[in-house]
Amino acid sequence: MLCGGHRLVRYRHSLNAGDHVPSLTAAIVGSGNIATDLLFKLLRSDVISPRYMVGVDPDSDGLRRAAGLGLEVSAGGVDWLLARSELPDIVFEATSAHAHVVNAPRYAEHGLKVVDLTPAAIGPYVVPTVNLTEHIGLNNLNMVTCGGQATIPMVAAVSRVVPVRYAEIVASVASLAAGPGTRANVDEFTRTTAGAVAKVGGAEVGKAIIVLNPASPPVIMRDTIFAAIPHGSDENAIVESVRRMEAAVQAYVPGYRLTADPQFDAGRVAIFVEVEGAGDYFPPYAGNLDIMTAAATRVGEEIARAAMISTA
Amino acid sequence: MPYSEDLDIRITDSCMRDGSHAVAHQFDEAAVRDMVTALDSARVPVLEVAHGDGLGGSSFNYGFSKVPERKLIKLAVEHAPSSKIACLVLPGVGTVDDIRAARDLGVSVMRVATHSTEADISAQHFGIARELGLETVGFLMMAHSVAPEALARQGRIMADAGCQCVYVVDSAGALVMEQVSDRVAALCDILGDDAQVGFHGHQNLSLAVANSLLAIRAGALQIDGCTRAFGAGAGNTPTEVLAAVCERLGIRTGIDVFALIDAAEDVVRPVMESEPVVDRMSLLMGYAGVYSSFLRHANRAAERYGVPGPEILLRAGQRQLVGGQEDLLIDIAMEIAAERPTGIDPVAVP
Repeated sequence: MLCGGHRLVRYRHSLNAGDHVPSLTAAIVGSGNIATDLLFKLLRSDVISPRYMVGVDPDSDGLRRAAGLGLEVSAGGVDWLLARSELPDIVFEATSAHAHVVNAPRYAEHGLKVVDLTPAAIGPYVVPTVNLTEHIGLNNLNMVTCGGQATIPMVAAVSRVVPVRYAEIVASVASLAAGPGTRANVDEFTRTTAGAVAKVGGAEVGKAIIVLNPASPPVIMRDTIFAAIPHGSDENAIVESVRRMEAAVQAYVPGYRLTADPQFDAGRVAIFVEVEGAGDYFPPYAGNLDIMTAAATRVGEEIARAAMISTA
Repeated sequence: MPYSEDLDIRITDSCMRDGSHAVAHQFDEAAVRDMVTALDSARVPVLEVAHGDGLGGSSFNYGFSKVPERKLIKLAVEHAPSSKIACLVLPGVGTVDDIRAARDLGVSVMRVATHSTEADISAQHFGIARELGLETVGFLMMAHSVAPEALARQGRIMADAGCQCVYVVDSAGALVMEQVSDRVAALCDILGDDAQVGFHGHQNLSLAVANSLLAIRAGALQIDGCTRAFGAGAGNTPTEVLAAVCERLGIRTGIDVFALIDAAEDVVRPVMESEPVVDRMSLLMGYAGVYSSFLRHANRAAERYGVPGPEILLRAGQRQLVGGQEDLLIDIAMEIAAERPTGIDPVAVP
């Protein structure tokens, strides 16, 4: 499918003839909602070439689509993937937290770079607008959760202006956009998101709540961020920082927007966010899938860039 | 088949959990100690104690507890020589860590609540609760919003995960008579001997006691009440009334009815800010199928943004909000404020 050659960095032709862009090969592990949406985003990347997709269900829609798009696919799971004569440069793990706990040491044995889209949180948390490059040299990077990707930028936007003693996020997701992985992982979601609200968002203490809403037609992803702020905080500076962060996230998720100005009330600011997806695999209401896969793609591209520098 | 040799049904009183909503989660040690002591001596079999939104509910979104709930739970266990202490947990809000902590404090019944279409997010919680030796109850909230057969299928998911009694939870007080018995019967059918069925009623349409009786007749073996109706929204099935009615009908609850009537008047009422009533706001909640604990949050948003509270509730119903989405009531209030021709700056309204 792709030309063989050097395992870590390969080259493929970009649109400008003669201008070579380094490209890393990728495997997507998992074939559910997140995995399939991620596939569409990686296919658009100039620096990542998705080569493998593995799942465990031979009838999954994700595997079928991936095969149709030219990937090598298998329902043989990670065993199949690790038996390939050419291993991928990056593995995107889009299974479940439990599965990643089992898979992570096996990737490590083979020296594979891993972008983990489950809430397993084995590696450090990465939120592109906050700490994209901080841990880029490590082999396992964790993408927190969809709710974390949608809200932690806002916690950070507040905490870079004033100290935040406590921040809390509420993520509302359409039931149809929450697949079996998410459903089996609700506790991991709340724990991992809360941890990253503190660690990456910069709040002393973090809390996370997720609500699934089965409304018909499905509701667009909504997130509310509450942050405790000191008395006498410069409200204009907070609003300005929040709006700047909104624009920064929009660079990779165009449908990310505040539904109103930040609301100040009794020692806290409340920020209301809506996340409309790009509609790659799921309809636009599934902004939760979109922001996760868009963020993972950003991280994968940063890994590719770092690899290019290190081999230049 | 009766609940046990001695009881036809088992009643759980939730005034120290559902009632938490009605006092904006401001219970203190004295209130819980006094209520537990009074209800235990009235022989109420199970008492539920937790933040209104369940374990871990203390938050900006739902309101912070005045006293940490674990302190109150510990106190309740210490003052209940005969009643079992129960807790509620909503996956997505509380975690299995909270379940473990509650068990360590001496809680014996764990109730796991999900929206009535989302039962599968409760599997890990039931699994852990059973491993810890806890008795388990499943709460299918906003049960009015799905048909009996669909609700029953969700109950089956909970039972398969380890739930021992699936409740039809009328969170909005929106169910009317046969709508209760149809749901209870559908659950009894699908669950057979694998799990019991329960009912949790609210008063928004003034039907909580009658609905509870219909649930019992349809096969429910566990029923929730709140003494003095002390619960969210229009209030819950008043436990002392339910116990009195059951006694009249020869349904054995094990409750000392006179002692509970005294407890309602002398101990529980003084803890309440006001009696729950079916007024414009709470009736509209039942009518529009809006989650009961939204009441105080909608009132606060209405005041903050200078918009009508009933309008907030109706839009919450139209948007099909589910339990837990209190944050979006603020969003709705801002939306209404923005639409108003007067052009009031929502932020400027005190």
